[in-house]
Amino acid sequence: MAIARVAEPSGSLQEVKEGGLDREDLLQIYRNMLITRGVEERGHILYRQGKIPGSFYTGRGNEASSVGVAMAMGTDDVGTPLHRDMGVHITRGVEPWRIFAQYMGRADGPTHGRDGNVHMADMNLGLVAMVSHLPAMLPVAVGCALAFRIREEKRVAVAWSGEGAMARGDAHEGMNFAGVRQLPVVFICDNNQWAYSTPTHLEYAVEHLADRAAAYGFEGVVVDGTDVLAVYREAKRAIEKARDGGGPTLIENQTLRMEGHAVHDDAFYVPKELFERWAERDPIERYRTWLHTNAELTDDEQDEITGYVKKLLNDSLQRADESPQPDPDTLLDGVYATPEDLDTPHHK
Amino acid sequence: MSEKTYLQAISDGLREEMRRDHRVFILGEDVGVYGGAFKVTLGLQEEFGPWRVLDMPLSETAIMGGATGAAMMGLRPVAEMQFADFVSCAWDHLITVAAKQRWRVGTPVPIVLRLPSGGGFSGGPFHSQNPESSFAHIPGLKCVCPATPEDAKGLITAAIEDPNPVLFFEHKHLYRRIKGEVPDERYVTPIGKARIHAEGDDLTVVTWGAMVYTAGEAAKAVDASVEIVDLRTIMPWDKEAVLDSVRKTSKVLVLHEDTRTGGFGGEIAATIAEEAFEDLDAPVKRLAAPDCPVPFSPVLEKAYIPQVDDVVRALKELIEY
Repeated sequence: MAIARVAEPSGSLQEVKEGGLDREDLLQIYRNMLITRGVEERGHILYRQGKIPGSFYTGRGNEASSVGVAMAMGTDDVGTPLHRDMGVHITRGVEPWRIFAQYMGRADGPTHGRDGNVHMADMNLGLVAMVSHLPAMLPVAVGCALAFRIREEKRVAVAWSGEGAMARGDAHEGMNFAGVRQLPVVFICDNNQWAYSTPTHLEYAVEHLADRAAAYGFEGVVVDGTDVLAVYREAKRAIEKARDGGGPTLIENQTLRMEGHAVHDDAFYVPKELFERWAERDPIERYRTWLHTNAELTDDEQDEITGYVKKLLNDSLQRADESPQPDPDTLLDGVYATPEDLDTPHHK
Repeated sequence: MSEKTYLQAISDGLREEMRRDHRVFILGEDVGVYGGAFKVTLGLQEEFGPWRVLDMPLSETAIMGGATGAAMMGLRPVAEMQFADFVSCAWDHLITVAAKQRWRVGTPVPIVLRLPSGGGFSGGPFHSQNPESSFAHIPGLKCVCPATPEDAKGLITAAIEDPNPVLFFEHKHLYRRIKGEVPDERYVTPIGKARIHAEGDDLTVVTWGAMVYTAGEAAKAVDASVEIVDLRTIMPWDKEAVLDSVRKTSKVLVLHEDTRTGGFGGEIAATIAEEAFEDLDAPVKRLAAPDCPVPFSPVLEKAYIPQVDDVVRALKELIEY
């Protein structure tokens, strides 16, 4: 039996405007989704060219979910995006050339070659770097929210996870504690139906993961994760509720992981029809159609945006490729923090 | 100066820092209304309120992960594991997130994690462990193990000031048994500096925590001048103080309450062998708990934790070598 509220699909331009997005915001969302996908597509090419060491992960199919939520966050809010959430980094302002440098393990990536893939974040943009032990970031986000509550700041933390991560104990501990203290945190579960090769029926037995919210004393919402404006609306609602002292919300964005777990994985275990069905709901195509129908997106505007994104990615790739390799002599630098490291916007 | 128990000294240090620095807060199980399982935080919630002394759900992961997030946002959490043994439930967040974040992405994580540790009162396998060696092995963490009330206060202050995750191993068997003079004013005992507990010329004992006192008793029972080096902190550890003492005495016993294999004593012994081999008149000797879990029965526990007689025997072997 479902408990969580199932969100309505995105509405008319008028409704969207009432929700706080003007036309420039709408185009920005489109741009961010294209950049997100573009960065990952270019990354894929770099990987095939042998320029990316290790493995390579993308969030294809998750662009609406990641960009939609990030657009709903305030400047001073913080988040802990995971490896399908490139759109969060893009929307918060991480420059694509630094992401390519990160992919290639270069000195100018956010981790300077110390970590790879989407294991990065710029704290100055309110992002906390993920770890591979994905749900470990839930209690960390809750801790950020705790700090906001203790200092009585009107800030919100956003915690990301997938449906696989939701099976682990730290997801439970984080959400339970957040519920007990009604902390200003929003939990986003990108339910992309496959945790590596494991389908949802082997991960959980409730109808919707968002149903679990009731067990923690807060609201759960199920959203079509390919509908960027519905994602934005629900995330905005939850974030502002948390900001006003209304406590946490668990939002389950339903998507399909459109590629394998990582580049080595051809996802043979995902039924072909499932891919075909979800390809018809491609988040970027859907949004483009919505913009044409509802916001009078012209061909010129679309060409301009496409051209801008293409140039941005080309320039970014070139700049990243010029970034030097990290210096092995720096390996031991910063294992321990110094008092000077505390000179950040967060440690004042 | 006032005479304080080891426990009171920790409590005083916490209170002083909370009065001085509004960013400092405490989170743990039963730390508020109850004052902590050992009463270290008694009265703090009364003074500072429920949002600076947080009674947490039974969730070590949420405690550790929560402390990590709050520290990244600029607070100075002092988290308590009710017993050091329970830190296994928080291992992932400590090791995976807190310890590596500065090195990976430049984000400092200033946390103190208080860990009531050690045996001697039939706590059994899950209330008696000394897990410091496991954490000393993790780059990015600091490990502090005070033996005296003065150091307990000075090091809790240092730990709170430190911009890193610092594990504060407070030995439960010292809580109320050990008293000493403690300065009333605020002071900081530097992390990484050993203390000479007793000066001597004939042989050196390198140890920390409750074993400092076991070594002290044993030293009285042998006919030799024994120098006892109390490391105070094992990560970082004061290599120079150890090597200086070893060069002076030429014989050394490394003593700890944790189990032998993979215990931190092995690192100390190896360092002495590498850097002071020519100064030695006897092989480095180790005395530690045997490689098994901490037993419950008083008879078994006595056989497990190094006793004064065991140390005396080890010292005599060194003297006679």
